[in-house]
Order: sequence, then structure tokens, then C-alpha cells
Amino acid sequence: MKYIDEFRSLKLAKNISAKIAELALPARGGRGGRRYNFMEVCGTHTNTFYRFGLSKLLPENVRLISGPGCPVCVTDESYIDNAIILAGLKDTIITTFGDMMKVPGSSSTLYRERAKGRDIRIVYSSLDALKIAEDNPAKNVVFLGIGFETTAPTVAMAIIEAKKKNLTNFFVYSAHKIIPPAMEAILKDKNVALDGFILPAHVSSIIGADGYKFLHKFKIPGVIAGFEPLDMLEGIVMLLREVKSGRAEIENEYTRGVKKSGNKVAQVVLKKVFVSTYAVWRGIGEIPKSGLAIRKEFAAYDAEKHFGIRRKKAAVNKYCLCGEVIKGVKMPEDCKLFAKSCNPENPKGPCMVSSEGTCGIHYKYKEK
Amino acid sequence: MRLNVTQYPILATQYNNKVNSMSTITLAHGSGGKLTHELIKKMILKGYGNPVLNRLTDSAIIELIKGRRFAFTTDSFVVKPVIFKGGDIGKLAVCGTVNDLAVSGATPLYISCSFIIEEGLSEKLLNRFIGSIKKEAATAGVKVVTGDTKVVEKGSCDKIFINTSGIGVVKYKRDLSVNRIKPGDKIVINGTIADHGAAVMLARNDLGFKDGPESDCASLNRLILTVLRKCSNVKFMRDPTRGGVAAVMNEIAEGASFGIRLFEDEIPLDNGTASFCEILGIDPLQMGNEGKVIVVIEAREADKALRLMKKDPLGRKAAIIGEVTREYKGRVVLKTKVGGERIVDMPVLEALPRIC
Amino acid sequence: MCLGIPMRIISKAGDKAIVDSGGTKREISVSLLKDINIGDYVIVHAGFAIERLDEERAKETLDIFKSIKP
Repeated sequence: MKYIDEFRSLKLAKNISAKIAELALPARGGRGGRRYNFMEVCGTHTNTFYRFGLSKLLPENVRLISGPGCPVCVTDESYIDNAIILAGLKDTIITTFGDMMKVPGSSSTLYRERAKGRDIRIVYSSLDALKIAEDNPAKNVVFLGIGFETTAPTVAMAIIEAKKKNLTNFFVYSAHKIIPPAMEAILKDKNVALDGFILPAHVSSIIGADGYKFLHKFKIPGVIAGFEPLDMLEGIVMLLREVKSGRAEIENEYTRGVKKSGNKVAQVVLKKVFVSTYAVWRGIGEIPKSGLAIRKEFAAYDAEKHFGIRRKKAAVNKYCLCGEVIKGVKMPEDCKLFAKSCNPENPKGPCMVSSEGTCGIHYKYKEK
Repeated sequence: MRLNVTQYPILATQYNNKVNSMSTITLAHGSGGKLTHELIKKMILKGYGNPVLNRLTDSAIIELIKGRRFAFTTDSFVVKPVIFKGGDIGKLAVCGTVNDLAVSGATPLYISCSFIIEEGLSEKLLNRFIGSIKKEAATAGVKVVTGDTKVVEKGSCDKIFINTSGIGVVKYKRDLSVNRIKPGDKIVINGTIADHGAAVMLARNDLGFKDGPESDCASLNRLILTVLRKCSNVKFMRDPTRGGVAAVMNEIAEGASFGIRLFEDEIPLDNGTASFCEILGIDPLQMGNEGKVIVVIEAREADKALRLMKKDPLGRKAAIIGEVTREYKGRVVLKTKVGGERIVDMPVLEALPRIC
Repeated sequence: MCLGIPMRIISKAGDKAIVDSGGTKREISVSLLKDINIGDYVIVHAGFAIERLDEERAKETLDIFKSIKP
């Protein structure tokens, strides 16, 4: 696969890994090497890191924390509960990305509801959901809008298309979120000790390197890295160089996919259809201005308006430590629920909902 | 014999399901992964288990006549859609049954074929499946000697379900069993993985992709019997159908005193299938195969088995993809192509397209 | 939420294009990009091209990787 395989070269990985060790470990004979704590904030980076077993290629003192980067896993219970209610309505088809099927609601999942006979369909694109609406004029089609800044513009385009076509049976139930406020919330916690961020590849394709200007006030470096293993390893090299030279800049490793100003067309479309609102992040709680709601002009396509869905107050399990795990402040083993009532088949928080989340990984590797 | 509760190669998902407190059977129970195994062990074996059934082998080995062992297997085919690139449900029914007999060391001889047909199915389509069955049976050298036909109301099944059983004569002298597997043994496969799973997902067309992977659906009895004839130390064989290579490796390693190490670089993968899996974020190790066999063999004979497979048209891309090791007891670990390492889980459910 | 891979544009009509990777093809929307041509590689996410893959930069990045010697 062009532009993928070359970025998975064993030889190059070995060399970059050796470079990381050279930068991170103390000079020969030296003592007391410091620890480096970096955080990635995108589920796809978490996936690459796990899938290619990259932890083996990092020295002991370099740690990559898995932050709140999975928009699916941080979707709270009440959203799923509402989606399930919608699925039970007469003549209603629920369309969703595959990942959502497994996220737990308070008592069920979309997958289980489908097994009971509800019309819940997996789609690859919001445009597929739009087509289902066109093909089924007598039914209401609700698309579950999940995703960060990478996905939201694509869903915005589907809404714009729906308006152009004067559809009256297509709705989006938005749980879209944006990353910067979540990053700020993490950085404002005094317990957090981060040396830098690996910034998401495709969110950055949309918002550009300019989208991270807010990091300047925290004086923390950030490197936009692609999703291939060599990209992530090089991203870590660039972060180590910044930390060691006392810089705190936003750098771009993923130059082939990210421009400084991002994708202006996508940014305009995003602003045209969505407006920022508060959002509830599973395991973390409410973060102001971190969610995207559909604007008044497109209210006809807003599932919340059409079906009268009311936002519930966030119910946070008081024992769930995901918020702290995501910040890198606690480990899964510190959590009372870990591997007991919280496990991959019955996950409580996002760190376990995602099989590559910190708790999901620790569970896989713990002694059986 | 592998118990398929129900199979739709749909995209199912992870869900809290302790079998004891379970109130409904879900699609995940039929996906060949963890929940299927739980259902079999905790309900079926508990219900009517016996020494033969409890072994949970692809075919039951029975000594009907003293000194003569027979293999007996059964399977149900509920694939959706019924036609996909590289085959259809009829071809699949024959291949699946023949392969279940062959991996047990048997020469497949006779199969039965029962249809459950949904009211409204066109005769043209039924004729197509019958033609596929005839063709594949001839290719495999088996005879369809008995069957049954039922028609159910529209909506009670999806176009057609096929149930088969098969019988064969076991010629391989050694016992093919996981109990014989030891550290040092090698793991060989006869070709590219994930093609069938990808082809079926593609054919469903919900995801809008065109062209792309073709099912590898094929009868492997000749290839398998060639290896068995010339290699004296084959320990165990299984065809990685639903749940893929990941499921079979975990089935072998679970509870064992050894572990399994797979080498990502050695695992054959077709370009089109690789792209398809990348686009949808699917792990090829979890995708189904219908023309592949995993052979666990003593290290000394691994290269020989490889050579024999490559001589067969169904084994041109054969490869040694892993080894049994003293490390990672009870687990399956993948050495990744960039030199990293990760655990390969028993899949909980059918592979799911991801956006995240 | 960012899974997207580089795919090659093999045909185009208005806002829609057919992309290919390894023989697997799909119709996608290019409405989020301007000046897309047949033969371009684009990053495809959820049925949309979200950015053109800059082949020059890709080569530069690989050259940087190749220049890293332990």
C-alpha cells in the first residue's frame, strides 16, 4: 500500500528507536536519567501504538500516556440510552459508525438492541445514512454523529446536502466533540506532569498546526504526528529534542497530510453547521465548549430538537478512575473497579471501553 | 465438529454477557470467538457432553469397526449474502465440510446436504447453489448421498440455510491433538489470510466498496492429505474459519503450558485484502478464511510441509508464520513488522469496521 | 476518531470521485477539497477526502527517516 508500507519499515524503525534511546537515556556512565511523560490524544494513535507493539521500541524512561482521544469511548451512557430509545420508535432507522455498537449504555448496547430486532445499521459514511433516508421516505433516519474535528465536517456536509435536497426524514444526533478544551482541562490539573503532546494527525489536517496556539500559554511542546509507526516514533524524537533544548513549540512531523492553516473549506463548513456547547466526557465529566451542537438554521436536521431529547446531568461512577488514568496521574491498578466489576466484557469507563485504552491494555497483559 | 449457533457475518460488538446470567443469545455467540466457546462449554457440553463431544474437534473420530477410525462432522451455513466474489453458499457448504474432515486426518467420502429455503427464493438461485454443490463435490471427490428439503415462511430464514454432515476414513496413524503440541513446533499456513471475511463483508455492500478481495473458499483435502502422507509428525490442524487465525491460535494456546509467537512479516496477505482491512480498521488476524489450514508440525518437518504445500495450487503462498514457545504461557503474541510486540486476543465478536 | 488512509483518485465527476487502494475501490466526496485531479492521492476518512497527500513532503519525510543513523 503506497504511502503506508514505507512508513512501516523495520530497518527505519530500529534506527529511530535507537535515536530515541540515545536522546532519552543518560549519557554513557551517567546516572539518574529523568522520566519523560508524553501524551497522545487520539484513539488512532492509541491503536497504532498498541497494534505495532511500539512500547517495546521505547526505553524504560519514556512513557506514552493514552489521553482522552477516543471520541467513541468518551461518549457517555445517557447518549447511548437515548439512541436506544430512538431505535425503539416506530418507523425509525438508526445509522451509526461501527465503533458505537459496543459502547455501554446504563443497561444495554446498540448491538444488543439490534439482536432484539431494532433497525440499527452500520455505515461507513454519513452520506450512506443520507442515502438510506432518501431510499426510505416513510421512515425517519437518525445518524449518530460521533467524532472529533476530523469527522464533524463530513457530517456537516451531510446536513448541508440534506437541506439542499429538502429531506424531511434525516436527522443527526450530535455527540461530536473537539479536542483542545479537553487538552486544556487536563493541563489545568496541577497533578498532571506532562512533557509534551503527540498531536492527532487527521484532526490536525482539519484545524492545522495553527489550531494548537492555545498550548503556548502552558509552555508545553506538541508534535503533530502521522498514524504510521515511523511517524509516531519520529514524533517522539522531535518531542525529546524540544524538551532537551527547553523549547515549547508546535511542530509538524506529518507534513504530507497537514498544512499550517489546515483545511479552510472544512473549517468553514464546520462553523456553518455547528456551534460549540458543553459536553459530557465519560469518566471525566462536563467540559465547557468541548461539544458541537447543530445550529438553529439546521434545526430541521437536529435529532435533539426533532425528538425532544433532553440532556441529562452526567452520572459519573464515583469509583471509576478513568479521569485520573487518562491524565496519566493514576494507573488502572489503582482503581477499585479494575479487573473486578470493570473488565472488557463489562466496561465502566472509556479506558476499558476501548480495547486499546490504558485499562484495556493492562487487562490484556495482567497475569491470568 | 464446531458448533455454530447462528452466523451472520455482520459486524457485531462487544457486550457484557456472562453466560450464566444471559437471557438472550446474541450474534456475538455465533461469531466463533470467546462467547461461542463459553456457550458451548457452559451450556451444550454441560447439557449433553460425552467423551467424544467434549474433545470439541472439527470432526468426531469414532471407531465404528474395530481398528478402523471414521471421522464424522456437521456444519450449518447461514452466510449472508449468499453470493460473494469467489463463491456462494453452496460451494461453501461443501468446502467447509470437506475441510473439517480433512483437518482431522480423514479422507472425506460422503456428505449430506439439507436445505432450509425461505419462501419466495427463485428457482434460478436454487439451481445456482445446486450447481455449485455438484461442482465442488466433484472437485473434492466426495458424493452427496443424502439430504433434506424444508421451506419456511418468508422472514423465517434469509434466502437459504444449508446444513451438512460429512463422513470420512481416518488414515493418519498419529493422533492429531493439541496435547501433542510442544515448544519448538512450527506453525504453517497454506496461503493468504482474511480474504473470505473481506469478500463477504464487501458483498454485503452496506459499506459501499467495489471490486476488491475474493473469497479463498476451497476444498483442501488433497493438500492436507499430501502433507499427512509425507510428514510423520504433524501434531494438530485446524481451519481458521470464523474468528480467523487469532481464534485458532488462542484455542490452541488457552490453558496450555506453552505460548505461541506469530511473525507479522511472515503472514501472507493479499494487497487488496490488506487495503480493505486498513480502510475499515479491521485486524486481518480476526477475519474468516474458508480455504486455509493451520498446521502445527514438529520443527524438523516444517520446511518439508512448506515445500509440499507450495507444490499444490492451493498452497502457492504457504508460509511458516509462527512457532510454539516456552514463553507467554497460554497466550498468543505477535512480533510486529516494526519489531514491536503485542498480544493477539481471542476475538470476542466478528470484526467491526472502525472510524476511530 | 481519525482513521483515514491514502487512496488514489482514479476518476472524478463534480464533487464525487472514485478512489482506489490495492484494487479496492469506493466512491467518495471531494467537497472538502479544491483542485483535486485524477492521479492525486488523498486521505480518505468516513467517505470524504479530508486532505490531499503531498507526495513531495512524503518523500522528504522518508528521507529524514533514512538519514537517522544510530
